[in-house]
Amino acid sequence: MSITILVVIGILMLGGGIAALYIKDTVSAIIAAGAVSLLASIIYLLVGAPDVAMTEAAIGSALTTVVFLFAWSRIKDASSKKEKKETDADQNSGQEVGE
Amino acid sequence: MIKRFIIVLALAAIAVGMYPLAWGIEDAENLSQIATEYVTDGADDLGAANLVTSVVVTYRGLDTLGEVTVLFAATAGVTMLLAARKPKKPGTIAKGKKDSGEDHSRRTGSELLKTGAALLFPIIWMFGIYIFVHGHLTPGGGFQGGVVITSATLLLFFADSDRKMGHTILQIAEAFSGAAYVAVGLLGLWFAAGFLDPRFLPAGEFGQVFSAGAIPVIYSLIGIKVGAELTGIVDTMRRSAS
Repeated sequence: MSITILVVIGILMLGGGIAALYIKDTVSAIIAAGAVSLLASIIYLLVGAPDVAMTEAAIGSALTTVVFLFAWSRIKDASSKKEKKETDADQNSGQEVGE
Repeated sequence: MIKRFIIVLALAAIAVGMYPLAWGIEDAENLSQIATEYVTDGADDLGAANLVTSVVVTYRGLDTLGEVTVLFAATAGVTMLLAARKPKKPGTIAKGKKDSGEDHSRRTGSELLKTGAALLFPIIWMFGIYIFVHGHLTPGGGFQGGVVITSATLLLFFADSDRKMGHTILQIAEAFSGAAYVAVGLLGLWFAAGFLDPRFLPAGEFGQVFSAGAIPVIYSLIGIKVGAELTGIVDTMRRSAS
């Protein structure tokens, strides 16, 4: 019984990992990667390692996901800023020296 | 085409290489010698109901101190890298930044999120403190409790993206708990068997909150330190992302 649950969760994790690789939308990919961590923490709980499960749930699925999201929003900000700058580069060309 | 072929080849090689690892897997019949020692003597030795904690805090206490140091270095690195960009803001490109900041002005949290955060924040916070104070009795400990506290703060940040966060109190908490951790370790060196030995405090009654010597003290300090450091990281990243 228990092994069946483990195998099912393992397959779900595999699916989540593949989804994280192939989803085009980055935010969805980050969420999928976080879901893999959450499922891993369930596995740790089932095989009797609650300490590791707590760490995995808190750091792997919560904090790492949030850090990735922050990083992604920053990348998006930077790239859109660059585009904006290229469009009005002739108006204030002094800006490019600044960065 | 060739690239894909090489990828498939590498995957097959990994599968063949790992095959004995997966095939030969079986439940361990008996523990290794040192693990047997921990399991049989750990509870009597230190009086901690959670054996994992007695290994993490005492038997492998120096490793934990190293981990805390690594976390500190990581925090310092993140803060330094992200804060180094800040002086540019009021400088030459202030106007451009302000413009794009208005373009990307983030949505404030919905009413649901705000109310939920206000309701849940103290409960999650308290749960984090519970985890590290009871580290020697129940699963979890300083690291887990610290991260739970951080996630509570994160919930507040999500609900109110303009919330300011004072870093002074974080720095004080972090510096105090780090120094106190080492001081407790030195107390063990002076009054017990060695560095980070928790037995300079009485073992107390097995299973009570105030038991297991200095283990709850050490784990609470680790919890405060981890919570303060990770909250600092998250706040630094949040401000630099805006």
